Formats: sequence, C-alpha cells, structure tokens
Amino acid sequence: MKILVPVKRAIDYKVKVHVKSDESGVELTNVKMSMNPFDEIAIEEATKLKESGQATEIIAVSIGSDKAQETIRTAMAIGADRGILVKTDAPTDLGGVEPLAVAKTLKALIEKETPDLVIMGKQSIDDDSNQTGQMLAALLGWPQATFASEVKIESGKAVVTREIDGGLETISVNTPAIITTDLRLNEPRYASLPNIMKAKKKPLDVITPEELGVDFSPRLKVLKVSEPAKRQAGIIVDSVDALIDKLKNEAKVIG
Amino acid sequence: MTILVIAEHNNSKIKASTLNTVAAAKNIGGEIHILVAGANCGEVATQASNIDGISTVLKADAPHLEHHLAENLSALIVKNADKYSHILAPGSTFGKNVMPRVAALLDVQQVSDVIEVINESTFKHPVYGGQAIATVESTDGKKVLTVRTTGFDAVPVDGGSASIEDIITTSAFGLSSFVSIEESKSERPELGSAKIVISGGRGVGSKEDFKIIEDLADKLGGAVGASRAAVDAGYVPNDYQVGQTGKVVAPNLYMAIGISGAIQHLAGMKDSKVIVAINKDEEAPIFQVADYGLVADLFDAVPELIKKL
Ligand SMILES: Cc1cc2nc3c(=O)[nH]c(=O)nc-3n(C[C@H](O)[C@H](O)[C@H](O)COP(=O)(O)OP(=O)(O)OC[C@H]3O[C@@H](n4cnc5c(N)ncnc54)[C@H](O)[C@@H]3O)c2cc1C
Ligand SMILES: Nc1ncnc2c1ncn2[C@@H]1O[C@H](COP(=O)(O)O)[C@@H](O)[C@H]1O
Repeated sequence: MKILVPVKRAIDYKVKVHVKSDESGVELTNVKMSMNPFDEIAIEEATKLKESGQATEIIAVSIGSDKAQETIRTAMAIGADRGILVKTDAPTDLGGVEPLAVAKTLKALIEKETPDLVIMGKQSIDDDSNQTGQMLAALLGWPQATFASEVKIESGKAVVTREIDGGLETISVNTPAIITTDLRLNEPRYASLPNIMKAKKKPLDVITPEELGVDFSPRLKVLKVSEPAKRQAGIIVDSVDALIDKLKNEAKVIG
Repeated sequence: MTILVIAEHNNSKIKASTLNTVAAAKNIGGEIHILVAGANCGEVATQASNIDGISTVLKADAPHLEHHLAENLSALIVKNADKYSHILAPGSTFGKNVMPRVAALLDVQQVSDVIEVINESTFKHPVYGGQAIATVESTDGKKVLTVRTTGFDAVPVDGGSASIEDIITTSAFGLSSFVSIEESKSERPELGSAKIVISGGRGVGSKEDFKIIEDLADKLGGAVGASRAAVDAGYVPNDYQVGQTGKVVAPNLYMAIGISGAIQHLAGMKDSKVIVAINKDEEAPIFQVADYGLVADLFDAVPELIKKL
C-alpha cells in the first residue's frame, strides 16, 4: 500500500501573530515556521502503517516556496521515503494558493502516483480552512474520513473513528480514500539525529504547477486583514466572595 | 437571489446551529430555502418550516441520508444547487465535513467560518486561530460558506410558515458506510449554545477531580468544556474541547479553571461576554483576557464557589 501525505509549511503554533500595519496580511518575515501540526500527525500515522507492514511507501508532498523543502525533509526524518515539492512563490496562507488549488494540484499528482491512501491534516493552523482533504476527495470521486482519531486498515477498507461535535462516529470507507487527522490520532515522534541525516539523502523532486497543468489564481480577494477586537483588561479579585459579588452585581451573569 | 441553508439535525430535532446559519443568510438578503436531508426526518422538516424567514423547505428523506455521510449529502446538495446564489451550512463538524466537498464539486473556493456579512460577496472570517480577521471577496459565481455560529444571533424557531417540498434524492455513493456512533450523553445544555460554560484544564489533574468542574456547571445550569490538555489526558470526551481546533463558544459567562490560556484555547472562547479565570499562577496568560481573575488553588476555590452560590 502506497500512502501520500501532503505536508504544509506554516507558522509555528507557539508564535504570536502580528497583523501588518497596512492590513495586507500577517507578519511572516523572521517568524518561526514549522510543519503544520496536523500534518505531523498524518506523517506519523503513515509511518506507523509502514512499520506494521501495512504500507510499503510514503510520499510527502508540499506546495510552497523553496523553504517547504525543509518541511518535506522533516517528513522524511519521521518516515517518508521520498518527497515532491510543487514550487510556487505565491503565499500559502492568504491571498495565494487556496485549498481548491491545493486540492487540484494534489489530484494531478495522485493521478500520476496512484497511492492507495492519502493521509493529511484536518486543518492548517494559518488559514484555518479545514477544506483541502474534503475537496480532494470530491475531485477524485473518493470517499473521505475526516477528523480521524483512530484508523484501522482492513482488506480494501479503512475503518475510521471520527471526532464529531456529538462524540465519536465510526465509518468505513473503501480505499483509495482520503483521511484527515485530528489531534488524538497519535503523538508524533521526534525525529532522531540519524534519521534527520538519512532524510537528507532521500529523493526530493521539485516541479512546477505548470507541469501539472494547475492554475493557482485565487478566487478570493483578500481586501484586508485586521486585528481582532481587543478585550478590556479585567481585574483580579481577592476572594471567592468578591468573585460572586462581581458576577451577581456588576456583570449580572448569575442570579 | 435565493439562498440555500443546509439544516443540521439528528433526524428528530433541528440543531441550534441551523438558526445561527439562517441569521447569516438573512444578513446576505434574499429568499431563503432550507434543505432537510435525512431519514424519517419529516418532523425536522416541520420544525424547519416554522423557522422565521424561511420560504421553502426542501425535504430529502432517504435511508442513505440518515447519517449525513459527506459523499451522499454533497451529491444531493450539488444536484439541487442550480438556482441558488449562496449555499450555507453551520461551521460545526457537520458543515465542515460536507461543505468543502460541495464547493469542490461546484468549482468554488469556500469561505470558512464566516463571522460577518459585509455584502453578498464579501465576508469576514477569522484566520490564525482568531489572531487575525480576514475580509475576503468571493469572485466565484456561487458562494459556498460555513458560518461560525457565535457570529450570528439565532433567529426565532417560530413565526415562519414555509411550504415543504419533497425533492428527488440522488442515490448512495456506495464507497462509504456508517458503522456506529458513541454519543456523549448529557443532561446539560449543549456546549456550542449554552449561556454559561465552565471549563477545566490540565490543572484539574484527573478524571475523578473533574467532577468538581461538573458540579459547578450543574450548580449554574451551564455546560462543561475543557482545554485540549484535559481531553488528551482523558479527563473528558473529545467533544468538550474548546479552541481553535475544537468548539468555538461565546456564552454570557465562561469560566476557565486550571487552564493556562494558550493561543489555541483563547481562539475558542475569547468572544465570551464575561470571562472568569481561576488559576494558581498569577502569570498565566488567561488573566490577560479575563474580566475577573482569581489567583487561587482551584481545589480550594471551586468547592467554596459551589457552597456559596
Ligand atoms: C495544532 C494544535 C491545536 C490545538 N488546539 C487546541 C484547542 O482547540 N483547544 C485547546 O484548549 N488547546 C489546543 N491546543 C493546545 C494548546 O496549545 C495548549 O497546550 C493547551 O490549551 C493547554 O491546556 P491547559 O491550559 O489545560 O494546560 P496547561 O497549559 O498545562 O495549563 C494548566 C494550568 O493549570 C494551572 N493549575 C495547575 N494546578 C492548579 C490548581 N491546583 N489550581 C489552579 N490552577 C492550577 C497552571 O497554573 C496552568 O496555568 C492545540 C495545540 C496544537 C499544537
Ligand atoms: N500548501 C500545501 N501543501 C501541502 N499540503 C497542504 C497545503 N495546504 C493544505 N495542505 C493539506 O491540507 C490540510 C488541510 O488544510 P486546509 O484546508 O488549508 O485547512 C493540511 O493539513 C495539509 O495536509
């Protein structure tokens, strides 16, 4: 079984975001970037499937700038066998390559690579779209299992437990299928130094969107990116009694 | 201009999130239709017909629509999409699962988590975990949107008298099937729409001790929420998680107890009307967004609160 894992280079989850003063976007120069956390979970899951003998090859794919090669190398240090970068200078967070374009790119690659399974993140923590996996499944005419917290591969099927608003739902999808990861699927490992070294030697192809025949022109015009409304600083109360008094008599949120 | 809202329901009751989504549709303007797709969902169609502001209910009642599998539901929506300028669904796991599929089949770039309608093609939505708000104009012919429910006040459940139209359903996709559901059952109000939410974090320390959070919630008639750390540690089920990648809530009162206030948690609760933080670390970032902070050990403060309320 061949698994394809799309991995995105995104702002590190610990970074506090600053909106640019001209409201054109958020400040990304000299900001720490990492692999989107949900994609780490995806590559970990694929690696586990390979370690248990259920998968034979893992291909990591990223759409982004030259720097996204680092993200692919990280995926290789965890377990990907080879990588493909679809190189673009367009931003991948806002006003550039949008989920629909990413899905079309991945579809073109999937038609060449014919994987049996695609495991990807449920959401990028920069654009917060939560769209690409579902779009890709639709374009391919494949079934989808989103927000996975458990994946079991059985002959020609994936049985997936999904984190939904009301609890946990289990569905069964025929492969090939798209699976998107939720937080509880696994805990990604730290890549070991030897594996980081080995990753440097694994094959990484760099191609262009034109070679795949996909069009990256955005459909959404980003008119402005602004700061959210700031909350007024509150007060520190010194006792439970004072807190109850404030909630009853000042905020009037309890009876 | 006619707008289609996809109803979220469990085949017997329409979910509150649908009412917020209708509110967003009203802000766009135009006639509003609502799709009730499910199995034996006649009761839901009747409820939908009573919602204020709806002119037509499209009812698709078929066994393969019972569990809202994305493949089956998206095919149905796309088949019936022609006459609509906008298609909206709640930004819950229900809407997030199905709508991008609809968008891709229509060759449309979806706008996720709309919090404000500027005009029929321009919308605001949060990005970067709510640390920035993007205003975007969609250039696609049709607009496919998911709606952040906390951004719009629910429309009344009654006052409407829409007609109900049975529509021809598409057939089952066949490559996916429902296996089972483990619903977290609770007598408490639904987290997403509760007026009071009491949340506990890693500081609560164990599943057993989480009971004091639940007791406080019950005393106040509120819902229970949690940080990711509390869910990961198994104190509470996954659907209690509040945050960037969990549920977004905006109750009148939100209490964060033993929660540090990471960016990802704040993303899910910082639009609450009144925020209370109880934390023994006075440096905890949660105090920067709290209206009322109490620096205390939660094992002292919470039992005292329960006693005195
Ligand atoms: C991709 C990604 C997505 C994420 N999504 C979410 C999300 O949706 N929601 C979310 O919440 N998090 C999310 N997180 C995790 C987030 O970054 C934090 O790790 C998490 O919110 C921390 O939870 P916490 O505040 O309970 O734990 P901690 O940060 O460990 O804080 C515990 C707090 O409890 C206090 N405390 C301890 N004992 C006591 C006591 N006896 N009395 C009073 N106070 C006490 C401590 O002072 C501390 O402030 C996400 C992370 C990533 C990488
Ligand atoms: N530029 C990209 N390169 C590779 N994978 C991506 C890219 N954008 C999105 N993805 C994948 O799609 C998932 C969901 O992203 P999104 O729809 O943007 O929230 C991510 O977790 C990635 O797995």
